[in-house]
Amino acid sequence: MSNFEYASAPESKAIANIATSYGLFIGGKFVDPRKGKSFETINPATEEVLSKIGYADKLDVDLAVKSARSAFTKIWSKTPAKERGKYLYRIARILQERAREFAVVETLDNGKPIRESRDTDIPLAAAHFFYHAGWADKLEYAGFGNKPKPVGVVGQIIPWNFPLLMLAWKIAPALVAGNTVVLKPAETTPLTALLFAQVCQQAGLPESVVNIITGDGITGAALVNHPDINKVAFTGSTEVGKAIARSISATNKRATLELGGKAANLVFEDAAIDEAVEGIVNGIFFNQGHVCCAGSRLLVQENVADEVLEKLKARMSLIRVGDPMDKNTDLGAINSKEQLKRIHEITKSGDAEGANRWSPECKLPSKGFWYPPTIFTGVSQSHRIAREEIFGPVLSVLTFRTPAEGIEKANNTMYGLSAGIWSDKGAKILWAAKQLKAGVIWSNTFNKFDPASPFGGYKESGWGREGGRHGLSGYLKSDVKASK
Amino acid sequence: MSRIDVNKTYKLFIGGTFPRSESGRVYEIKGANKKFIANPALASRKDLRDAVVAAKSASSGWANATAFNRGQILYRIAEIMQGRSEQFIDEICLLEGVSNKAAKLQVEEAIDTWVWYSGWCDKLYSVSGSQNQVSGPFYNFTTPEALGVVAVFAESKPSLLGVVRTLAPVIAAGNSAVLIASESYPLPAITLSEVLATSDLPAGVVNVLTGKVSELAPWVGSHMEIDGVDVAGLSKKQEDEIKLVGADNLKRIHRFSATNHPERILSFMEHKTIWHPIGI
Amino acid sequence: MIIDGSESSLKKFLAELSPVDQVGAEARAVMLATRSIKTTSKAWAIDTAISMIDLTTLEGADSPGKVRALCAKAVRPDPTDSTVPSVGAICVYNDMVKITRSELDAIGGKDIPVAAVATAFPSGRASIAVKKIDTQDALDAGANEIDMVIDRGAFLSGKIGEVFDEIKTIKEICGNKAHLKVILETGELVTYDNVRKASYLAMLAGADFIKTSTGKVSPAATAPVVLVMLEAVRDYFALTGSRIGVKPAGGIRTTKDAIKQLVLVNETAGSEWLKPSLFRIGASALLNDLLMQRMKLRTGHYAGANYVTVD
Repeated sequence: MSNFEYASAPESKAIANIATSYGLFIGGKFVDPRKGKSFETINPATEEVLSKIGYADKLDVDLAVKSARSAFTKIWSKTPAKERGKYLYRIARILQERAREFAVVETLDNGKPIRESRDTDIPLAAAHFFYHAGWADKLEYAGFGNKPKPVGVVGQIIPWNFPLLMLAWKIAPALVAGNTVVLKPAETTPLTALLFAQVCQQAGLPESVVNIITGDGITGAALVNHPDINKVAFTGSTEVGKAIARSISATNKRATLELGGKAANLVFEDAAIDEAVEGIVNGIFFNQGHVCCAGSRLLVQENVADEVLEKLKARMSLIRVGDPMDKNTDLGAINSKEQLKRIHEITKSGDAEGANRWSPECKLPSKGFWYPPTIFTGVSQSHRIAREEIFGPVLSVLTFRTPAEGIEKANNTMYGLSAGIWSDKGAKILWAAKQLKAGVIWSNTFNKFDPASPFGGYKESGWGREGGRHGLSGYLKSDVKASK
Repeated sequence: MSRIDVNKTYKLFIGGTFPRSESGRVYEIKGANKKFIANPALASRKDLRDAVVAAKSASSGWANATAFNRGQILYRIAEIMQGRSEQFIDEICLLEGVSNKAAKLQVEEAIDTWVWYSGWCDKLYSVSGSQNQVSGPFYNFTTPEALGVVAVFAESKPSLLGVVRTLAPVIAAGNSAVLIASESYPLPAITLSEVLATSDLPAGVVNVLTGKVSELAPWVGSHMEIDGVDVAGLSKKQEDEIKLVGADNLKRIHRFSATNHPERILSFMEHKTIWHPIGI
Repeated sequence: MIIDGSESSLKKFLAELSPVDQVGAEARAVMLATRSIKTTSKAWAIDTAISMIDLTTLEGADSPGKVRALCAKAVRPDPTDSTVPSVGAICVYNDMVKITRSELDAIGGKDIPVAAVATAFPSGRASIAVKKIDTQDALDAGANEIDMVIDRGAFLSGKIGEVFDEIKTIKEICGNKAHLKVILETGELVTYDNVRKASYLAMLAGADFIKTSTGKVSPAATAPVVLVMLEAVRDYFALTGSRIGVKPAGGIRTTKDAIKQLVLVNETAGSEWLKPSLFRIGASALLNDLLMQRMKLRTGHYAGANYVTVD
């Protein structure tokens, strides 16, 4: 061996006890769907079936909401805040104890590299519960009035890109504020949510406070439209977010929406180039680019564009694509056949519109769903690949000449979730951060998340914030917002 | 023969000027005593369009003005209103048919509301912003920012206070506003715009339309440059409709109880969180 | 030539280098440390690391006996296993060069170079005249490599022309008789920006290798420091077409540490640098740990400290 080729270093699957089938988690136990329907969840890296999952229809949704309502009125709203917090602490600790198991299951079900589920998803999910647990008996100091009240029963719908982490973002603040929940994980990634149901059992969380129902978009719509939920919390596409906003328009339901993005990552001439290149890579290739806040539009100042692109290509050549269970894999599988199809469709429009595609040489596995890390250069603002969310490992590269032009291009989108700034000049960073119309600004870093840090978008990227003090307000009744 | 009063022509307020409706339409407003008072403009969707253009072009300047400066201008509005109290009192009495004393109280409360929101301009950021302790070598802070262009459907009654209570928090946030006056009690809104025009408030920050709420509301709901709506002056049905079409650009649409509260300002702001590494 | 050697041209050149973001560089190093090197690649990495070691003794108590033992170890690190490669070099103080060289020659280590720490190692606080004599002395004794220290005081006070001239002078003395390794003593330069600048300064002045540390100052060869230096040699190659070597020294004690260094090389400068002529590891205790890990891979069970030689 002349080169330093890394032999495969697979994480062991033995720790994952995936049952052959799962029911719905309603009323503190797993129950079969009323009509006995089910669907399969597969490993997107191998297309192997992992488990059969119960399919919740309208009747099951109703049962879950009823169960959550009864837990809200009879148990959870009467549980002292301090004790609510302690349940959340317990959950956080159990997640930490079972972190490796969760990481393995997440990677099997989602296709993301084990390095990411191990080092990012699971630790952050546990941290989210730990952080929120402490708020339970301190809500009156959070700045939302002296006697903040929960909203009631919350219907929560989460996406497939960070299954457990999104669950944590939803459930932790809801519970700590005194709400009960019915949560629907994504159709393609239900497993860690079902594992989480077991964590609720282990933590002794009162029955029905958390209900988890599995299914597809129809299940989700039934949840959103259920007359007895008080709030919808949704993370997913802008398209579905708008549909939710419409379907609750004539109700008193509240909503928080974390939707799509097309984040600009602005590299200025005075940036620390090596770290900027790392940030660009992390911005778009983290989690196969299945990230709503992904830095999918690279805006680089023209006078350093060649240098940045050269280094970026060299760095991309080092990205290790393949078996997500290999500890050295950087880019795993695309989550589903449908998503892969969408990536193909939109990138083909990039070819057709005259942008130049480049990918490093990499051998993709024959089974499963894969897409190589890809950049498009020669992209202009009007190209579809510069405007639409691709939600894959595809970066569109544009250039700008002056800071003002960079900002103008960055803001020229209906989205406003996140943005990146790379510069070594403090004043310029603060100037740019102020101009950018986005809810999260990463300067000289990208794709950083923390339970203490509010996250959420401007414009069509959503309503409200998740995380931090600000995220609590979405789960507390307002003193001044009037209902109809 | 006694002297003939010089009556006011009630016009729209768009981009700092007082145009008539481009449609040439007006409608009749009678007082509580059923007597004619004025023919204010009946704004069209094109007037709305012009108002949004004016608001949009004013928005970055106003949002980026220092909070101290905004606070001073809001206070200036209160000062000018104080000087014109009599005019507002007369108008309210005529329109609402309330006693002079009640009208005076309303005007005073409206003035004090401006003073109250004036004081919020530079304090919001401390109250609602935060420095977040993330686990890593990063400085992380969150700060509120203006939303952009907000449409305000003023409450009908109290006719002046209903305008100020909805409008003041929106512009205190640094937004520019398109105020749609109450259909039946529009006159104080127009008189207020005469105050605004002489209060150092940059042109276009507040634009006032009078006319049929039911005609304008759907256009407000579907206008993609409008980022937020206070639906105080809308019926429940109109609110539902505006929420339905407003979903197209995910407008922030709110209705508040009739109190002054910083949440009224913050509801029309976005929170921006900024990360930066700490290192040498 | 990129610069004309004047202090102003050097300053201009260094000022135009891209800055280093500390947090970003450290995060990259941490990420690379998660690489999991197993089975065949681990075996390859262990042997490669052994062949890259500058087996070092730099103590006041160094004696001919100590040095001879080191020579034996360098030639045949594991007396029970002839498949173990010999180390990259032996690194000693000037006065031990002669005996090291002759011992190596005598026991079959002719190909193993002897590196001498010259130029008033480790502080470098001596006049240029003394440093020149020191270097010449090492060469006369048979040194194949000179590990010089830069004048950190001059560097930190902005006299980079002085630093440059000194390296250039020593390089001229080395001529084609010896390779020049330039020790930056990164623990005293403190910032990664300084590490990058000093790396370029050394390369521009003629260094064949840039080396992190003397081993007498902590922190020494931290992963992010090595990362920044590897980026410098990579970019210098793109600029000039010549490959400069990198030598981390100090603090690399375990097989894990060494493999992390190789991963850094592999994913920063590239596999071209994965050979003793372009990457060395200055260490002493490391060798035994590599040998024990090698035994573990070969035999399948964990080795004990007494099954490798203590020298």
